[in-house]
Amino acid sequence: MCASVKYGSRGPALIPRMKTKHRIYYITLFSVVLLGLIATGIFQFWPHSIESSAEWSLDRRSVHDAPLVRIPMSSPISERGDLSCRMHTCFDVYRCGYNPKNKIKVYIYPLQRFVDEVGVPISSTGLSREYNDLLSAISDSDFYSDDVSRACLFIPSIDVLNQNSLRIRETAQALAMLPRWDKGTNHLLFNMLPGGPPDYNTALDVPRDRALLAGGGFSTWTYRQGYDVSIPVYSPLSAEVDLPERQPGPRRYFILSSQTAIHREYRVELERLKEENGEALLLLDKCSNLSQGLASVRNRCYKGQVYDYPQILQESSFCVVLRGARLGQATLSDVLQAGCVPVIMADSYILPFSEVLDWKRASVVIPEEKLPEMYTILKSIPHRQVEEMQRQARWFWEAYFSSMKAIGMTTLQIINDRIYPYAARTYEEWNNPPVVKWTSVNSPLFLPLIPPRSPGFTAVVLTYDRIESLFRVITEISKVPSLAKLLVVWNNQNKSPPEAIDGLSLDQTHMVERSECINKFASVFGTMPLKVVEHRADPVLYKDDFPEKLKSFPNIGSL
Amino acid sequence: MQAKKRYLISLLTGAFLVLLFYFGGGVPGPAATGSRSRHGYSRPEQPWPHFSDPLQHLSPWDHSDTEEYNVHISPRQKRDVNSSVYKGKRCRMQSCFDFSLCQRNGFKVYVYPQQKGEKISESYQNILSTVEGSRFYTSDPGQACLFVLSLDTLDRDQLSPQYVHNLKTKVQSLPLWNNGRNHLIFNLYSGTWPDYTEDLGFDIGQAMLAKASISTENFRPNFDVSIPLFSKEHPRTGGDRGYLKYNTIPPFRKYMLVFKGKRYLTGIGSDARNALYHVHNAEDVVLLTTCKHGKDWQKHKDARCDKDNAEYDKYDYREMLHNSTFCLVPRGRRLGSFRFLEALQAACVPVMLSNGWELPFSEVIDWNTAAVIGDERLLLQIPSTVHSIHQDKILALRQQTQFLWEAYFSSVEKIVLTTLEIIQDRVLQQTSRSNLMWNSHPGGLFTLPQYSSYLGDFPFFYSKLGIKPNPKFTAVIHAVTPLVSQSQPILKLLVSVARSQYCAQIIVLWNCDKPLPAKHRWPATSVPIIVIEGENKVMSSRFQPYDSIISDAVLSLDEDTVLSTTEVDFAFTVWQSFPERIVGYPARSHFWDNNKERWGYTSKWTNDYSMVLTGAAIYHRYYHFLYTNFLPNSLKSMVDQLANCEDILMNFLVSAVTKLPPIKVTQKKHLSRSSRWADPDHFAQRQTCMNKFASWFGGMPLVHSQMRLDPVLFKDQVSILRKKYREIERL
Repeated sequence: MCASVKYGSRGPALIPRMKTKHRIYYITLFSVVLLGLIATGIFQFWPHSIESSAEWSLDRRSVHDAPLVRIPMSSPISERGDLSCRMHTCFDVYRCGYNPKNKIKVYIYPLQRFVDEVGVPISSTGLSREYNDLLSAISDSDFYSDDVSRACLFIPSIDVLNQNSLRIRETAQALAMLPRWDKGTNHLLFNMLPGGPPDYNTALDVPRDRALLAGGGFSTWTYRQGYDVSIPVYSPLSAEVDLPERQPGPRRYFILSSQTAIHREYRVELERLKEENGEALLLLDKCSNLSQGLASVRNRCYKGQVYDYPQILQESSFCVVLRGARLGQATLSDVLQAGCVPVIMADSYILPFSEVLDWKRASVVIPEEKLPEMYTILKSIPHRQVEEMQRQARWFWEAYFSSMKAIGMTTLQIINDRIYPYAARTYEEWNNPPVVKWTSVNSPLFLPLIPPRSPGFTAVVLTYDRIESLFRVITEISKVPSLAKLLVVWNNQNKSPPEAIDGLSLDQTHMVERSECINKFASVFGTMPLKVVEHRADPVLYKDDFPEKLKSFPNIGSL
Repeated sequence: MQAKKRYLISLLTGAFLVLLFYFGGGVPGPAATGSRSRHGYSRPEQPWPHFSDPLQHLSPWDHSDTEEYNVHISPRQKRDVNSSVYKGKRCRMQSCFDFSLCQRNGFKVYVYPQQKGEKISESYQNILSTVEGSRFYTSDPGQACLFVLSLDTLDRDQLSPQYVHNLKTKVQSLPLWNNGRNHLIFNLYSGTWPDYTEDLGFDIGQAMLAKASISTENFRPNFDVSIPLFSKEHPRTGGDRGYLKYNTIPPFRKYMLVFKGKRYLTGIGSDARNALYHVHNAEDVVLLTTCKHGKDWQKHKDARCDKDNAEYDKYDYREMLHNSTFCLVPRGRRLGSFRFLEALQAACVPVMLSNGWELPFSEVIDWNTAAVIGDERLLLQIPSTVHSIHQDKILALRQQTQFLWEAYFSSVEKIVLTTLEIIQDRVLQQTSRSNLMWNSHPGGLFTLPQYSSYLGDFPFFYSKLGIKPNPKFTAVIHAVTPLVSQSQPILKLLVSVARSQYCAQIIVLWNCDKPLPAKHRWPATSVPIIVIEGENKVMSSRFQPYDSIISDAVLSLDEDTVLSTTEVDFAFTVWQSFPERIVGYPARSHFWDNNKERWGYTSKWTNDYSMVLTGAAIYHRYYHFLYTNFLPNSLKSMVDQLANCEDILMNFLVSAVTKLPPIKVTQKKHLSRSSRWADPDHFAQRQTCMNKFASWFGGMPLVHSQMRLDPVLFKDQVSILRKKYREIERL
């Protein structure tokens, strides 16, 4: 392309001396070049399909390019997870160091494809789209550092989100082969689907030594409080389906059960509840006539009637989230997204991000054995609270469940808060939706204290060069016993002071200026922080028919 | 023609150049990004590349392979398996606690009768009497949900004089022991020199531990309760208030960080304290240690001892405690130390240096809001850490120390009740407190979740939630005389209250022995009048949390109260600004009578007041619930017997909760008091009541106020037409 440009730009100077033949030749040449350029232009600006394939040819970043690593049979294997691990015993805090931003540095291992000696990969699925999204999000965040020697937290690129697709032993060997593994110290693994048939452990079975586990579906017996992080099970529907937020309030159904793999025992109990309470309950199951795959995920049936899932969740006030084979259920995410209050029945389950989230404000947790009493329990919840829970549920989803990025960032923030606890996010920051943050008033002086008179008060006198009245004010104020300090703010703006004593308040421009000030301030604050009240504080015996000399503040009222 | 072609050619050239420029600018873009990523990929330390292969989705749904599981393993069986496997150190509520005992009678606590010959330490005696005096207590083990031993388990240090021997056999022989199921064991000290283990020296079976200095490794989450270490001088009830009297801005004190304590030359816990001198600078960071303790300190003494000891004697502990912004709380032999509570009370923000200590009541208290949690390994960073904390944060931390101290720690009673309430929250899962209730004023002990689980139903959280109370009130009129004439004050009162624009409904509480008057005897009003017959016709029934009270505000009235509509309207607008306080008209005051050494009560016109009579007052309906459910029967029955003092008790209660005085508003006329006020005994009774109440509350909760709220422009020299509440001025 560059060559033709040079050639063309020389053209115009030669033309006048040329013969017609040559002229024709040049014109043809120009036209050809021009057409060529136009064609290129069209190619460049054509809709994305072509563009992306063009980029593909330029820059092929494929997982298949990742280096292949063969795991020797005899490669060492990590110890099983240590249940006694806590931040102060298993976590090397020296790697995080003191830093003024109070932010940990997170390193991500480059992608490698681990295979065993025969060449069979350690994972049947390889890198999943979700784990890729998660790692991309972390690498784009402030936490990311590409300097392995200064990192505080290490994230392997080995995808262990779903234990079912893993070969346990080989995965453990692969982890132990990581260059900085060091018994898993300061390593963070993300797992959403732990355990496997038949008894489904509640934490990842891959031996992982001291590594921290961000797991979905922990039970109270496998969760190392203050060390592991309980995360939600991500629902792919979050990205796929756009459910607009609905105003909180009563819905068509009171309770909705939408899970398909509910154990027979529990389904029988739910059906009994349905019989007792009729229309208030909607009990959905999978559609038998539909094929497997995505279609079965997006549809639910009740007596032959097909409902769209997860849209139907928005039609109910409460949505049941029962334990399945695992404690963590992706349904929880769908339910929150729909702004439906989850009714969680999974004994011993550690709720997602329970270290920082106040689930009592967004969900109802009922022991499994109380399933038959569910209806009565839920009926006893005040309406206003149900509405607040609906709002809170939706906000939890938006802030902490909606994408792999949200889940990853929340996990890292929780770990960050443990390492720099004095800079940790507060309960309000974690739990109050933005609406509340804007409307609520958190006074910096929240403790109900009635201070004694002894420290007194500081008087601040603003003056516009009116010395006489200033002196009068000073003389009067200084008589007050509680006065500790008097501060005069001299505000002479080279203007002659007003003559009349009431000059300030009578001066119209002054009032207009002050109104402008108020509007300016209100716009800066975003709202009008001043409140109008109709009362005024007076001394108890103010203007009462009572001997003046017995009053504490006789002068007030008699002035 | 030549010219024409020339123009044509130059035009073409021009167009060509324009296009060239266009693409020339456009082309380098993708090329540049391409080269960056291409080069980037070959480097080992690169950001995570955004792979665009069609990757497989995670499929989180339970599939057919799991359905087999569903067929075979019953979840009920699985629950049973869990509860049989997880015992001892792995106990949880699900596996080691029998919830069924709590279902019939609610959360009731039984204390074993004390056996003859068993000596019980003063601290444990305080714990037991607190449980026995609480509303959870039951003397019938058949009704109990939780059992507390009468054997003193507080001090399990074998070298201690308080150590109880043969505890193992004594516990095993208890008839109701049942391997410790549903038992709660209190402990302050465990283990002994040199390693101070956390073993109690007897088999606790499946019992829960309420233990001080418990480590995260031994702590069974949601099963044990971590309690603070308290001394035997710790008061049983009430307790001293926090030392913070007023906030100073900026919040810095003379010292930034202080510590004064023992240094252990040998044994466990010596590491943290031995290194403190590295951080000591004798200016704003003063960390002092002494080796002088124990019998043979000279024998182990090291090179620093003499220097440290000399420095140690230069400073006074109390002086430092009160004048420091932060107080270091390093672990002692055990993880917890007395210093923790001392710092908390002194509004000196604790800087924790005790790795692995499960902080007191960690299940419900968010310690990050009241303490700085340091790491023993990072001792040298502590000074820069505390210096980096912003002033706003220090101010907040300091206030929170005071709130927590007064809410949960200032007396043995509070510590024990907090422990019981935490366990109750676990038992009654649905009606349990949220984190906000525990961590903000007035705290979990005064916020009863049985009233409502919705924060907006309480008077304390409106501003936190950004909402306002319901803009209506319910009037509750206490009627004690029969309705005989149409000119009785109650009828006038009904009419004037009903005329208020904020009135939602009027409840007449019929506490008169005569039967209810016929419906038509009540005046016709625009708001509904509900007549309720009082339960047993006793005084306390006027503060029953009736379901028919639908508004947040309650206007409590005596039948002979004289009020105008304007006064009611004004008082209600004031209440909307102070929904957690009592707002009313006639006020009374208390004082300390030095001669009689007791509290006195006065109804004289004084310059201050501390009570507002509930014969005409507006308050939040939550206080009805609290009065009925929080106060002990002893006080309520005293009120019922005397038919007096109910208003004093209500004022005590509200001030104990809010730590603030009530609010008096202007009134047009002074209330004329009928029969019972003329009785001279009446006044004496009220004195007695005050002293009885003060002893139960463990101190005087009432607070004086010198402020009255009047309408803006009240009695000002402006035209009466410009005043909104002009009626109030017309005497």
